Amino acid sequence: MAAVLAMVARGCGGVWRRLRQRCAVRPGSGPFPRGERAVACNARGGMMSAGKSGLTPWIPVVGLEIHAQISSNSKLFSGSQVQFAAPPNSLVSFFDASLPGTLPVLNRRCVEAAVMTGLALNCHINKKSLFDRKHYFYADLPAGYQITQQRVPIAVNGSLSYSLCIDNKMSQMVTKTVRIKQIQLEQDSGKSLHDDARSQTLVDLNRAGVGLMELVMEPDMCCGEEAAAAVRELQLILQTLGSSQAVMAEGQLRVDANVSVHHPGEPYGVRTEVKNINSIRFLAKAVDYEIQRQIEELGNGGTISNETRAFDSKLGCTVPMRDKEGKQDYRFMPEPNLPPLILYDAKSLPANMNHQQVINIDWIRERLPDLPSVKREKLVEQYGILPEHSFTLLVWQQDQNCNSRHSNEDGLPEFFENVVKQTQMKPKKVIGWILNDLLSYLKQHSLTVKESPVSSFLLADLLNLLEKKEISSTAAKQVLAELWKGKGKTPLETVKEQKLELLQDQKELEQICQAVIDGQENEVMAIKAGNQKVLNKLIGLVQKKTQGRSNPVLVKQLLEKKLSE
Amino acid sequence: MRVLSLGRWLRAGRVPPREPASRPSGHRHSGHRPQGPPQQKVSVEVLEHLEHLALVDFRDSEGVERLQKAIQFADQLHEVNTDGVEPMDSVLEDRCLYLREDDVTEGNCTKELLENARETVEEYFVAPPGNIPLVKLEGQKTFLQGSK
Repeated sequence: MAAVLAMVARGCGGVWRRLRQRCAVRPGSGPFPRGERAVACNARGGMMSAGKSGLTPWIPVVGLEIHAQISSNSKLFSGSQVQFAAPPNSLVSFFDASLPGTLPVLNRRCVEAAVMTGLALNCHINKKSLFDRKHYFYADLPAGYQITQQRVPIAVNGSLSYSLCIDNKMSQMVTKTVRIKQIQLEQDSGKSLHDDARSQTLVDLNRAGVGLMELVMEPDMCCGEEAAAAVRELQLILQTLGSSQAVMAEGQLRVDANVSVHHPGEPYGVRTEVKNINSIRFLAKAVDYEIQRQIEELGNGGTISNETRAFDSKLGCTVPMRDKEGKQDYRFMPEPNLPPLILYDAKSLPANMNHQQVINIDWIRERLPDLPSVKREKLVEQYGILPEHSFTLLVWQQDQNCNSRHSNEDGLPEFFENVVKQTQMKPKKVIGWILNDLLSYLKQHSLTVKESPVSSFLLADLLNLLEKKEISSTAAKQVLAELWKGKGKTPLETVKEQKLELLQDQKELEQICQAVIDGQENEVMAIKAGNQKVLNKLIGLVQKKTQGRSNPVLVKQLLEKKLSE
Repeated sequence: MRVLSLGRWLRAGRVPPREPASRPSGHRHSGHRPQGPPQQKVSVEVLEHLEHLALVDFRDSEGVERLQKAIQFADQLHEVNTDGVEPMDSVLEDRCLYLREDDVTEGNCTKELLENARETVEEYFVAPPGNIPLVKLEGQKTFLQGSK
């Protein structure tokens, strides 16, 4: 993906031309010089040469439509439970099954979740929003329509800011923004299991009626990398708010991408919609593939049709999904069973209304938790760590949330802060121990922060020993390895056991240094001749003799002093 | 209102637009007006489009005639001058939308729900495979997956 990253670094647009040129040099190698996936598509679809039109640049345009399942106990319009895995059709009420005589009753918690999300994304909250019916026929939509908010949604005109690494090493980050067109409340459909063998579809309505927030983004992005970064940040925000657990693998966050390309100065090209994207990694792949596919197609004189395509994760490419039956006509109509949804703020609060029936936007705004961007800024400001470090701290937490069902646990940032509180070591140094050492142990053993055998207290204790120069950093790593075994020993006990204390006796150290110097005539001569690097070898030998218990800085000083005599 | 726009477009023999057509203010009819000249027949394309969308079958000329009469009947609404009046979309517009607490109060009635189904397989409802197109399309069948 180096080519793609290079493109990001230089800004999108013109570099796509260079990407194609690169392909032209090695015909048939596919859109990504190192892309294994694209080669499989090549084999299927024939040669993907760069085309003849050559050097006119293409501007890719990417817009996302995201459905986030609201984290609530019961469904949007009924009192049946929301739960991921349950026996089929056990979490279904009569309304969810669309039995005659049932009516929708709006869930307060879902409205609050949508308002929170709208506020967090800088949206304007519509104090009056309306519900509509969107009609289409499908087995998992028992009513034949979905209740949604097409005319006047609950929130409009917001923005999402996200960070992007310029290079692979994460040492340079840029902030980008994508505009949010609107956020609307709508129902989820049930699940269909296609049994092609018996030519039938099995329908489970457990998911039918669960509350969704549909977030429509403006087409402000230009590549898979940006789309992935934006969705990651959105995921983090939703999880921080608690409005959605946003775990893509469990279908709580579904992303559809709209992709088109055009020449600069010309109107937007025809867009295709890409569905069936099951992870953030696949999102980036799908978007980049589709951009490249469209460029190739147009470059070869073909046209792009306004179709829906599915992403095939095994082959790494998009395939047409539906028949070209033209645009669906959803026959939107106002939902006759629901009056307008009215929200209030501090000024418009009605005097004589039941508290439970009133949703106060200002009240919700005051209680919003710190958003990830604010958390990161605070960490940087308070502890002087680098922005990319604060990014890693929170991203690790996000990965944890995705893999475990219990999100919003006390995580790595809290662990870090606890260690800082209990140690004299500077936060800038502590962060290294957290991100390099602790994190690699956690990853190696697939543990969450809560499950770590090394508590923040133990780590702080260890770092104090290091800070007081009672042990060397090499020794500290050894101790950490021992502590990780979780045998209940304190750092000090481990140090004593393994005899890792730094030699405090200066005289003894000097004697050892002298002995090493005396034993390495050739090296001494080399150093005196000007080759300073050889000094490291001598330091190493001293370390060996002291069994790692010497302070390398001090050793270097002593050796240099002796050699200059 | 969607019925009004549909009537107007059908009379003109064109496919109805997807959004309600904006009303040209000049065409507002004030006061009464006669039923109008005999209508053109509803075009075949429009009929097929309607059948496809609503999964109805007009079947024979009597059905089409009935449709024509229904449109005519609804067209009487044109007699009312609605200049500058905000369309009403719900008679409930002055009511308060009731907000329910987020408690689990329903569900767990699998057996009852499945009793209504003609065919079930291990507590799943059974439906025909995917969406069956009304008119056989040339070439590939509609390809549908679990997610839409």
